[in-house]
Amino acid sequence: MSDILVSEQSAPGSGGSGRPSGRLLEVDDLRVEFRTRDGVAKVINGVTYHVDAGETLAVLGESGSGKSVTAQTIMGILDTPPGFVTGGQVRFHGKDMLGMSEEERRRIRGEGIAMIFQDALSALNPVFTVGFQIAEQFRVRRGMGRAEAKKRAIDMLDQVKIPNAKGRFNNYPHQFSGGMRQRAMIAMSLALDPEVLIADEPTTALDVTVQAQIMDLLAELQRERQMGMILITHDLGVVADVADRIAVMYAGRIVEEANVYDLYAKPAHPYTMGLIDSIPRMDEKGQQLRTIKGLPPNLMNIPPGCPFNPRCPMAQPVCREKVPPLLQVGTARASACHFAEELVNRV
Amino acid sequence: MGRYLLRRLLQLVPVFIGTTFLIYWLVWAVPGDPFAGKCGERRCPDQYIAFMTEKYHLDQNVFVQYGNYMKNLLQGDFGQTFQQREISDIILTSYPNTLKLALVALAIEAIIGLSAGVLSGLRRNGFLDNLVLVSTLFLIALPVFVVGFVLQWLLGVQWGIIKPTVSSEMRWSELIVPGFVLGSASVAYIARVARTSIAENRRADYVRTAIAKGLPMRRVVGVHLLRNSLIPVVTLLGTDLGALMGGAIVTEGIFGINGIGRQVFRAIITKESATVVGIVVVLVLVYLVMNLLVDLLYAALDPRIRYE
Repeated sequence: MSDILVSEQSAPGSGGSGRPSGRLLEVDDLRVEFRTRDGVAKVINGVTYHVDAGETLAVLGESGSGKSVTAQTIMGILDTPPGFVTGGQVRFHGKDMLGMSEEERRRIRGEGIAMIFQDALSALNPVFTVGFQIAEQFRVRRGMGRAEAKKRAIDMLDQVKIPNAKGRFNNYPHQFSGGMRQRAMIAMSLALDPEVLIADEPTTALDVTVQAQIMDLLAELQRERQMGMILITHDLGVVADVADRIAVMYAGRIVEEANVYDLYAKPAHPYTMGLIDSIPRMDEKGQQLRTIKGLPPNLMNIPPGCPFNPRCPMAQPVCREKVPPLLQVGTARASACHFAEELVNRV
Repeated sequence: MGRYLLRRLLQLVPVFIGTTFLIYWLVWAVPGDPFAGKCGERRCPDQYIAFMTEKYHLDQNVFVQYGNYMKNLLQGDFGQTFQQREISDIILTSYPNTLKLALVALAIEAIIGLSAGVLSGLRRNGFLDNLVLVSTLFLIALPVFVVGFVLQWLLGVQWGIIKPTVSSEMRWSELIVPGFVLGSASVAYIARVARTSIAENRRADYVRTAIAKGLPMRRVVGVHLLRNSLIPVVTLLGTDLGALMGGAIVTEGIFGINGIGRQVFRAIITKESATVVGIVVVLVLVYLVMNLLVDLLYAALDPRIRYE
């Protein structure tokens, strides 16, 4: 795991470097802001990450950290207005998608990069059958006839292990259970055999037992198809089994990036430490749950210096003055903390 | 579904009886001698009065009168005017004209209203959106007779593009302007409802999914967005067809169309109570059936609506 991309967070609006790197999908110093009546919220402040074929990158962060907005920007489904991309690049096979024509981007959607949404009930169109919505991809994008598209759609429903796929073809989304609906959503997103799959909190709306099934299914399909997968979640427990690397986001920045083992064993950022500490543990039964004190910053008024400093237990004067860049720590990880070395080297 | 339909049809019966009774009662309860002026300058002969009193049970109370009227009506007998003309004849000759006019108005509403609504809903606050908002405000604010007379005078008299009145052949092309006049206020409402509906659903998750699937924008809007946004529009269109047929009095008057509106107007003026009741009964029936059709159409548009 020596392929972690570590880039100095460049000045706002400077854009990406644009050099080809042979990566499948890379986000380079992306900046997005939301212009609302109340002011400008800086939602993404220089996010850089990448995913290659066959690997799973988990993007971790609390609500409002910008993980979903990054995904929406990659897909080109950011609501504009109020959202505006103000800098950076999103490169697919080395080509910047943000500079492409709408038609070029459309062709990448579904075939190059596909997406699974959190709430399958609202993400599926309520007035069309599940089968229609899957077959539609084959008909519109592949020019197949009705019968062939239906056959392929049933095949997809089979692949995501929906029992009686043929009989379920003509059901509407509301006639499916939550887990089945998410399976149908997965079938739909994988129909055109995408190279990258973005899963935006795919299990958040589901029962715990169903969550595990869906994660297993996703992991299995990802392995079979050698897809690159970006798994967006706020649940550290979900991540551990499936992810290869984890990028932790806070206030629109990546604050730590490492492989799963390193991150859990020795977090190199106080925020990550806080997240791991707040997982309920069996051996501390009966004690109060640990939390990260305070609230995430107001994105219209991010505090100077490190955005985490008001909540950080180790904050020093330097943290209130200088924004820590995301720098390599050791060999295969990066952290945006002034004291990353100390954290990693502690016994 | 079958049981739902049956129940809805059964519900129509009390509604039908209630409304028609009210109309019957109101029309016959209009004060004044029903025979005044019916026989020219002189008083009607006693024989005639006796005959009519007997025929319409005018010496009985209103419930008996209504009961008898309904009995005949159910056998297809609408009764006669005071001049012994069959009222069903009047309805049969004038109703198709009104229906034709209402259909033209409905088509104009659907086409203009819906497309204006969709286009403005997609680009809220754009130039087209503001144009639609202002022009619909005009149409809603202007009474039908103003729109009617202005268009008749401008297009028919000043510019000579259309004939000022509609000929008795009732050609479709002649009905475009009267149809627009009749539907003018509704066009505006349809456009506004469609605009709101489209704008609301535009940000819906399933629209985002459709875009993320890489569907062309035409298909995202025309298939995924439109189908979901159509429900309130269909309600409005359906109930409007009933209203259009009743509301054609002014338009038919302006353009000289021999329709049901003109007949009912004439009947009210001349106190032809039986004719008024007969025509209104038909209108009520059409209105009720249209409402039922709209309710059934919901299920076709939105599968989440089930009739149990």
